[in-house]
Amino acid sequence: MSAEQPAVVVEGLRRAYGSRVILRSLDLRIARGEFVALLGESGCGKTTLLRAIAGLDQVDAGRIEKSGRPAVVFQEHRLLPWECLWRNVALGLPDDPGRKLAQAALTEVGLADRLEDWPRNLSGGQAQRVALARALVQKPNLLLLDEPFAALDALTRIRMHGLVQQLVARHRPGVLLVTHDVDEAIALADRALIMRNGLIVASFDVPQAARNHRAGTDAAALRETLLDQLGVIARA
Amino acid sequence: MLDDAVYAVAARHPEPTHAKAAGAASGMWRGVMPWLAPLILVAVWELSARFGGLSPQILPAPSKVVLTAVKLTRSGELLPDLAISLLRAAAGFVIGGTIGFTLGVAVGFSRLAEALLDRSVQMLRAIPFLAVLPLVIVWLGIGEGAKIFLVALGVSFPIYINTVLGIRQVDPKLLELGHVTGLSSLQLIRRIVLPGALPSILTGVRYALASAWLALVVAESIAASSGIGFLAMDAREFLRTDVIVLAIVIYAGIGVCADSAARWLERRLLAWHPNYGARS
Repeated sequence: MSAEQPAVVVEGLRRAYGSRVILRSLDLRIARGEFVALLGESGCGKTTLLRAIAGLDQVDAGRIEKSGRPAVVFQEHRLLPWECLWRNVALGLPDDPGRKLAQAALTEVGLADRLEDWPRNLSGGQAQRVALARALVQKPNLLLLDEPFAALDALTRIRMHGLVQQLVARHRPGVLLVTHDVDEAIALADRALIMRNGLIVASFDVPQAARNHRAGTDAAALRETLLDQLGVIARA
Repeated sequence: MLDDAVYAVAARHPEPTHAKAAGAASGMWRGVMPWLAPLILVAVWELSARFGGLSPQILPAPSKVVLTAVKLTRSGELLPDLAISLLRAAAGFVIGGTIGFTLGVAVGFSRLAEALLDRSVQMLRAIPFLAVLPLVIVWLGIGEGAKIFLVALGVSFPIYINTVLGIRQVDPKLLELGHVTGLSSLQLIRRIVLPGALPSILTGVRYALASAWLALVVAESIAASSGIGFLAMDAREFLRTDVIVLAIVIYAGIGVCADSAARWLERRLLAWHPNYGARS
């Protein structure tokens, strides 16, 4: 993909809690318009890396170079329960262009008729769509997705994959998706990274054919490779 | 993608209509039931006062109390006393509420303010605020100052405690969201911290109203030359139980009104909250 304009460059990132090292001299580069999935088991440091890039956690050493403030979608929707949907989406923007931009973003995620509704009236999938709209309104160069579909049921998750693909194709931010769902990585990403013990240990380009056909042979082969890398599968 | 939106709309009206019709009748009956016991009680009271030999010096008939209310209102005694009582409660509430809220916000936000203030406030809170009454009379005499001081004292603690609690209980995940969205500190407070703390603060307001009322009754009973409490104490001198009962009823009535006002405020301000707001 286009390497000329990076959405984020991470160099030599290090983070330790006491004697426990979470990130050890980690390098990462994501171009604008590139969709990168970060796979790894729980506790491998992938969420720590995302939070460091988001500016939520301190780092001990290393450099993070971002163009602009990244937008984050968390595993929970984190909508403000006391604000209606459009105010949630326009959070941080002044009301004047805010409402119009929120309306446009909510239309994009298929919730145009719910502008004034309360978050508590939404299903899990709808709430996560609003969270996506809230991220896109910020016009980020880098979109950070921290297991955003993990809490959704399988069918809603597949619908969300389609929506994310559309939105990313239209707005072309660089995307870092943290997930432990191999199929999700294959369906969405241009590149899948494997993280283990605070390091990125492998990188795989996802061929177009694998992305388009979830059940195709390309996807199956890549899935097996990735699972193998994650130490999950013993070959049949 | 829109399927789950449609599903959610359908799921919100699952109740079949015939079940609703049956529910309306029993709902009305249930609305009446809580009032049965008090109505019977008043009826028994009235009858025993008239025919049962209940001495009016012990308890006058309810009808007599109503007549006394009308008479005192006509003679222009009741309303000024009622007004002065309400004014004292309001002044004390505003002063005490402002102090409690300000301290609560400071301690809720700043660990430094907590280290400096919280222990002292908690120690003062351990004193039953009515116990300082003699001292307050020595300091401020029996004028308005003493009564307003006492009400303010009773109000400030519940507001303080619930404001601190509310601010501390704001979901840290929402604060984190505010940070990644790039909100300024002021925006963070206005959009996330205060709305998040509001349910707890309003609970504090309801406690404070009860507390204010109690303080006022005591202050007016002991040291006053006007107000509902004075009316009752003055009536005691002449064994006017009808006036005493009237004062009690007025205190109760205003207490109920204040609580309803607080509930109304909760319903309005917390419309978003599943436990308070009407279903939208």
